[in-house]
Amino acid sequence: MTATVTAPRRRAVISKRAVLPWVFLAPGLLLALVFKFLPMGKGIWLSFFKVRPFLGDQWVGLDNYTRVLTDHRFQDAIGHTLLLGFGQSVGAIVVGFLLALLLEGQARSLKIMRTAVFLPVVTATAVVGEMWRLLYYPTSDGLINHGLSFLGLGPVQYLDNPGTALWATMVMSIWMIAPYNMVIILAGLAGVDRTLYEAAAMDGVSLWQRLRYVTLPAIRPALGIVLTLAAIRGLRVFTEVYVLTGGGPAGSTEVWMTRAYTLGFTRNDIGGASAASVVLLSVTLLLTVTVNYFRKRGDVR
Amino acid sequence: MSAPAIEPVRTPAPSAATGKAAASRRATPARFDTALGWSDRPGVSWALRILLCATALGVFAAPFLTILSGAFTAHASGSSLSFLPHDSTLQNFEVAGERGIWDYFTNSLVIAGGALLLQLAVSVLAAYALARHRFRGQALILTLFMLTMMLPEEVIAIPLSLVLGHVPVVGLDLKGTAWGVILPLGAWGFSVMLLTEFMKDIPTEIEEAARLDGVGEFRMLWQVVLPLCKPALGVAGVLGFVMIWDQYLLPLVASKDPTDYTVTVALSILRTDPEVGSGVVLAGAVIALIPSLIVYLLLQRSLVTGIAAGATKG
Repeated sequence: MTATVTAPRRRAVISKRAVLPWVFLAPGLLLALVFKFLPMGKGIWLSFFKVRPFLGDQWVGLDNYTRVLTDHRFQDAIGHTLLLGFGQSVGAIVVGFLLALLLEGQARSLKIMRTAVFLPVVTATAVVGEMWRLLYYPTSDGLINHGLSFLGLGPVQYLDNPGTALWATMVMSIWMIAPYNMVIILAGLAGVDRTLYEAAAMDGVSLWQRLRYVTLPAIRPALGIVLTLAAIRGLRVFTEVYVLTGGGPAGSTEVWMTRAYTLGFTRNDIGGASAASVVLLSVTLLLTVTVNYFRKRGDVR
Repeated sequence: MSAPAIEPVRTPAPSAATGKAAASRRATPARFDTALGWSDRPGVSWALRILLCATALGVFAAPFLTILSGAFTAHASGSSLSFLPHDSTLQNFEVAGERGIWDYFTNSLVIAGGALLLQLAVSVLAAYALARHRFRGQALILTLFMLTMMLPEEVIAIPLSLVLGHVPVVGLDLKGTAWGVILPLGAWGFSVMLLTEFMKDIPTEIEEAARLDGVGEFRMLWQVVLPLCKPALGVAGVLGFVMIWDQYLLPLVASKDPTDYTVTVALSILRTDPEVGSGVVLAGAVIALIPSLIVYLLLQRSLVTGIAAGATKG
């Protein structure tokens, strides 16, 4: 008797429990679908079309891709993007590591220091851009040039000189990312077994050896993640360049996304811009997968 | 103090490389607290550290002082920046106000508030399902949310602007509205992952006890699970805010005309305005900086734990 009563009720409970997670997931999935995956799909779709408002889109096959990949401004942008992405990733890790080594510790004064040094990370990129634009003021009484004059170095036209603009952008990016890396590396440093340092001192190893064989292996997992994030972030660099130089002077800081943006919004070539975006997306995903693959293999070993 | 007993016989490592034997020969425990073996007593290594700290402060924090002083300086320009304002005045803020900076600031606050609430609500709901329920396709959903993290906003910006102009099925035009910026920020994989990981660690006994008392699913989430998630909510909130306030391309492509801009995007309007000087741009920059500063100083600990946790969980 009890069996016949409980059986249907239990089935009802099961189906209700099966539906419930989806109720909770619905808002997130819906938003992700409409505002992330739909645009992605649409971007891939449009990259095969010549987009003509009001006239209807025209299928052009791989035309957009060949046009983008043979466009010499895009080709220049590849070099700039790679240089900027690689330079700022490596630079930010080196600077972040040095900062972490310098500011490691429990003292209150060090905590305050870390708080102050971390400021660039929470500041919006656009604000940072305006700030550095003024720090880089090209005349000899601009702030950085003024500092350089004490070292006997002449005024540098940081952002107005095609030879220095990309490097100036890179320095600003490193300044923004390095404190973020510092926090991650500090978390790694905190996990290093203190007795290892003591043992190393007993064995009389040099400071360099201690860093190389005790500290670095301990923070390597953290560093791997930092590098992955930085490399991906580096390739899609847009805002930093857009607010600081706008791609100029003479296209010397034009990166992949600023070029795509110009193509899409000022030249109204949606198809070409979509193709450029799809290329970047593929490279980004490929890079992520590859880095993760090597990271996993490294962990296993 | 029996500490000297463990003093190593040989010259300690840090001194060998930095050449400051005297400073670190003492067997202070502090020597083993840091990777570089900094000493906490006055000495050469101590002095060197202070010098380096001052340099770091000069590089990473002092630029903020220059924009602050520039914003309060009359007729400020790139060639007259210093760390302290001279000729201090509020004129820059008045001019920035005339150019509508407070309207842009309001846009920013509305967007940041709305997007943050939506982001947290969406993440909590999704995380609850992912962490406390088992269902078919769980791994797939998890991957999908991970993908939203890997999909750079920049890459989908161009087609996204088309979608915002005509949202499928409902056919709404969200361009020029705050929703156009808020809704795309709603599903953020990072915050979903963070909360999922956190909720997984909550012991199931609490939930089972509540379930026996006949507590329904939504009350369970709201009254049992959510209060336990406060630390994670703080982390997701502060990181979400920083991420939202940093948005540049999204408000740009979601706008119909410049009055829809957020304060960060509007800085470029001030800069290209030939009638206003650098001081006004800096005043705008200071206004755009203040909310991040407040959030950061209040929720600093959450931010730092969040970054460290996010990084180790990948």
